[in-house]
Amino acid sequence: MKMVNPEMMSQRTQARQAEGAMTEKAKMSARDVKVFYGDTQAIKGIDLDIMENEVIAFIGPSGCGKSTFLRTLNRMNDTIDGCRVEGQVTLDGRDIYDPSLDVVLLRAQVGMVFQKPNPFPKSIYDNVAYGPKLHGLARGRGDLDDIVESSLRRAGLWEEVKDRLDKPGTGLSGGQQQRLCIARAIAVSPEVILMDEPCSALDPIATAKVEELIDELSNQYSIAIVTHSMQQAARVSDRTAYFHLGELIEVNNTEKVFTQPDHDLTEAYITGRFG
Amino acid sequence: MDRFHFGKHSSSQYNEEMESIRTHLMEMGGLVEKQVGDALQALLAGDSELAEQVLTVEDRVDNLEKKIDEECARVLALRAPAASDLRMLIAVSKCVSDLERIGDESAKIAAMAIQLAQEGESPSGYVEARHIGNHVRRMLHSALDAFARFDADKAVEVAGEDAQIDMEYRSAMRSLVTFMMEDPRSISRVLNVIWTLRSLERVGDHSRNICEQIIYLVKGKDVRHISVDQMEKEVKGKP
Repeated sequence: MKMVNPEMMSQRTQARQAEGAMTEKAKMSARDVKVFYGDTQAIKGIDLDIMENEVIAFIGPSGCGKSTFLRTLNRMNDTIDGCRVEGQVTLDGRDIYDPSLDVVLLRAQVGMVFQKPNPFPKSIYDNVAYGPKLHGLARGRGDLDDIVESSLRRAGLWEEVKDRLDKPGTGLSGGQQQRLCIARAIAVSPEVILMDEPCSALDPIATAKVEELIDELSNQYSIAIVTHSMQQAARVSDRTAYFHLGELIEVNNTEKVFTQPDHDLTEAYITGRFG
Repeated sequence: MDRFHFGKHSSSQYNEEMESIRTHLMEMGGLVEKQVGDALQALLAGDSELAEQVLTVEDRVDNLEKKIDEECARVLALRAPAASDLRMLIAVSKCVSDLERIGDESAKIAAMAIQLAQEGESPSGYVEARHIGNHVRRMLHSALDAFARFDADKAVEVAGEDAQIDMEYRSAMRSLVTFMMEDPRSISRVLNVIWTLRSLERVGDHSRNICEQIIYLVKGKDVRHISVDQMEKEVKGKP
């Protein structure tokens, strides 16, 4: 990552660097990534690093390719017919599009939280336990119980659900369901968490809880978040990347992007001047 | 894209709010500029009627200060402005404080003018007051002009004027103090002129503050508490 001018670094980033939570090491790297849906090119050659333990926000108008780019980071685009990805994406230096790579394992390492909370139609306990069981992360029931509890605790949900772990996950409120999905994602010990508008269906209180959680989780994971709420990007992220018509226009420290962006297109977008 | 076209938001209501803030700031600037000119004229011509007028305008200036601050607070709360919009609101909010203080200084000058008209003219100091006063008026006018045009280069140039005004003020003080030592009977009247010079010098300081806010607004750089040379370097550098 380009060393940033400390003056323009957010207080959040400065504090985290001071406590050693952030490093200067790239966790994931995208090089000249292009994505095509049939003949249409959705992403036009993007170079971007996601650093260890950083929160990076992707912003931009609808259709700018930010979600598509996010989905290239754990090969979610593989599931879409006619979708083709070019270029290179690496996780800890390893090409994630290498044909010999186990995609299921990749998606455990690079977890994802979606716009709409999508708990499995199972109990709260099973929602969280499903991944660790699948990946053989637990040696027996006691171990599994520990993983479920610690994941729910880290997702800030434990106190609210500990007495009803056998109840269906779908019975929780929207905000709780989203935190359940985050618990499910972190139960398999990911290294990177991708979030695609995780708060767009939540009320302000649930949103605040998820944002608090993002801050907490960023001590352990790299987080890339797509959001349409610019205030959310400004609140939670260390760096912000602005996408426009499939191109990465600007990536800078969040504070700089929101007070003094380098590019006129970024300025137009964040000040609401797109007619 | 011109970053300082505040009328290009998707929301026309937002455009109107920003435009209203800008218009009110310019109105306040014009009012204050006239106050300084009238107060100076009242002093030089011994015109207490004009001085009284300056005092009555003060309420309008104060009301505009409150109104503009309220408008800025409303936009901050409702629109969550970013980048140039945000800098505009912060700069405006600080400039109105300076303008209001300039209004206060004008009122002080007007009060001195009334006192001098009652007690009789000071035997010395009018030449200095006219000279510094005209310089300060030009400086304030240029500062407001630079704001209206979002012209950072002009702002640096105008900020540089403040040092000259300070120099003129110090030199005037020396000669007036000498005068008072030679003719102690004149002390109370000369002091009235000295307070006036002091107020004019303060108007120069406030005008410089306005220039600093223009640079923050246009370039996003905080140039307070640095020399004009450093200020120039900041402005010439990449935004």
